[in-house]
Amino acid sequence: MSMVESKGWVVVFVLLAVGISLARGANRSAETTSPRGPDLGHRVSDKTAAAWDISIPPDGHNLPPGSGTVADGEKLYRERCIDCHGKEGQGLSAEELVGGVGGLAGDYPEKTVGSYWPYATTLFDYIRRAMPQEAPLSLSPDEVYALCAYLLFLNGVIAEADEINTATLPAVQMPNRDGFVPINKMAR
Amino acid sequence: MLDRRLFLKSGALLGSAAALGTVAFAAYCEEADAEIPPVPPAAPPWMKTPGGSFTNYGRPSPYEKNVIRWIASNQSSPSNGVSWTPLQDLEGTITPSGLHFERHHNGVPAIVPERHHLLIHGLVARPLTFKLSDLLRYPEISWLCFVECGGNSNAGWNPRPLQARAGHLHGLASCSEWSGVPLAILLDEAGVDRTQAKWLYAEGADAGAVGASIPMAKAFDDAFVALYQNGERLRPENGYPMRLLIPGWEGVTHIKWLRRLKAVVEPMMSRNETSKYTELVPNGTARQFTFVMDAKSVITAPSPGKKMKEPGLYEITGLAWTGRGRIIRVEISADGGASWAEAELQEPVLPYCFTRFRIPWQWTGAPAVLQSRATDETGYMQPTRDALVAARGTHSYFHYNAIVSWRVSAQGRVSHVYG
Repeated sequence: MSMVESKGWVVVFVLLAVGISLARGANRSAETTSPRGPDLGHRVSDKTAAAWDISIPPDGHNLPPGSGTVADGEKLYRERCIDCHGKEGQGLSAEELVGGVGGLAGDYPEKTVGSYWPYATTLFDYIRRAMPQEAPLSLSPDEVYALCAYLLFLNGVIAEADEINTATLPAVQMPNRDGFVPINKMAR
Repeated sequence: MLDRRLFLKSGALLGSAAALGTVAFAAYCEEADAEIPPVPPAAPPWMKTPGGSFTNYGRPSPYEKNVIRWIASNQSSPSNGVSWTPLQDLEGTITPSGLHFERHHNGVPAIVPERHHLLIHGLVARPLTFKLSDLLRYPEISWLCFVECGGNSNAGWNPRPLQARAGHLHGLASCSEWSGVPLAILLDEAGVDRTQAKWLYAEGADAGAVGASIPMAKAFDDAFVALYQNGERLRPENGYPMRLLIPGWEGVTHIKWLRRLKAVVEPMMSRNETSKYTELVPNGTARQFTFVMDAKSVITAPSPGKKMKEPGLYEITGLAWTGRGRIIRVEISADGGASWAEAELQEPVLPYCFTRFRIPWQWTGAPAVLQSRATDETGYMQPTRDALVAARGTHSYFHYNAIVSWRVSAQGRVSHVYG
């Protein structure tokens, strides 16, 4: 089926659906947009939606309360991460997490958390949802903050005494913060 | 008649099979093929006894047992890896569902459809959830679409050409008929605030919740929530019970096992749009949100492992595709790019879909370097490897789409070279 035919189908459908939404529009007059499908979605509360939401944008919105230290992170790293990521994030069966800062334009660039990742919030987002690989979504917010602290410390981004928490994580300036150029025009 | 202008040092490329009338092509053979008895019996044994019984779900012939996905995963975590479509063993343009490539970051989730929900929330008038049974009541569309991993063909960045079959180099791309619900309908029902929400963050229900940020303009343009693949419900490894299809864009945006869509102002900057699926270039910056898969083509026969037994007339065939709509031209060279002849494109040629190309070739027995070069409807032409490396260096990892070169030896063996 060609693109034109597909879209034609949608247009036909929309015409039908507008009729449907007009017919039941009385209780929707206050809303800014009109549904155009059969409207079979189940309304959920903002609280329910928030409970599903594990994504953390660069501004740190949606970070859970909590905090962690470099020392706590190091202890946890040795228990849960070292078997795959190696000693001090040097890499083993899983990728290296440390090093390579300043070398991205060289002959042997290393793309690590310290050298490449533009936002520290990505660490929290990714560790919580995906790590450790055998038990994703199992770490507490404090544990995730602690691992963020340890990895940022290993990369020289924060000091050993620094605490990572809801406020400090999004404030961390990563070395490669400005290293990315959006290509797709829709992304600019 | 042979077209004299296309007569090349190593053999002749002919305009089209149709121009030749009915011809018989020589057969490619597997390098390990056994000799077949020359005279078949008049009545083979399967004509003398009743055949097998009916089956509830058909399987390929046991004699096709070697046509399989080639799996490459991390030995320490076998749930993280890829499997490749055996492009060299397939014809036409549709990839059988069981041979569609896989890229899983932490395995295939065993989703119970009744317990799976899709949430649309964020900058919306009303957060909504949908079950599979809800979506099955929506009007659907069907599209023949390729899906290609952003990391497909990335062996090409290596300084030396890796020796592997065509599918093991370029088979993180597959093409299916996908059917499902236009995403715009669902987003409108939730009442997405399009003045604010320029991005849509999509997330899967796998163990790792793989996610990606997609520009809202694309989400409303032609994205859809696929429920069916090649006429049947999605296979578990392809996103059962629901996945995104983002026509023409890199595979990581086609979130499988789709569970959540959040309308947001800015991209989430998740791991798979920052540390992965971005391309480092020589000045040390990285291309981000590359999204569109540039035009690519690969000759599937002959190709490494599929050799020519003897000089003769062969059909060169392969696949071309582009994330920018339709392929308009595929040219073939048998002399390493010194001269080109236009291949025949198998109809129908569809946007965002594999396009099969074919051209007859008289192989004289002399060594040759075969190449294919695709051009899409925007005028974009697949680059040479030298041009791609000059522009991007060799550390981009993703989005490698240079012209592929196969060298044919005097013995008819085919190897991967950089032309």
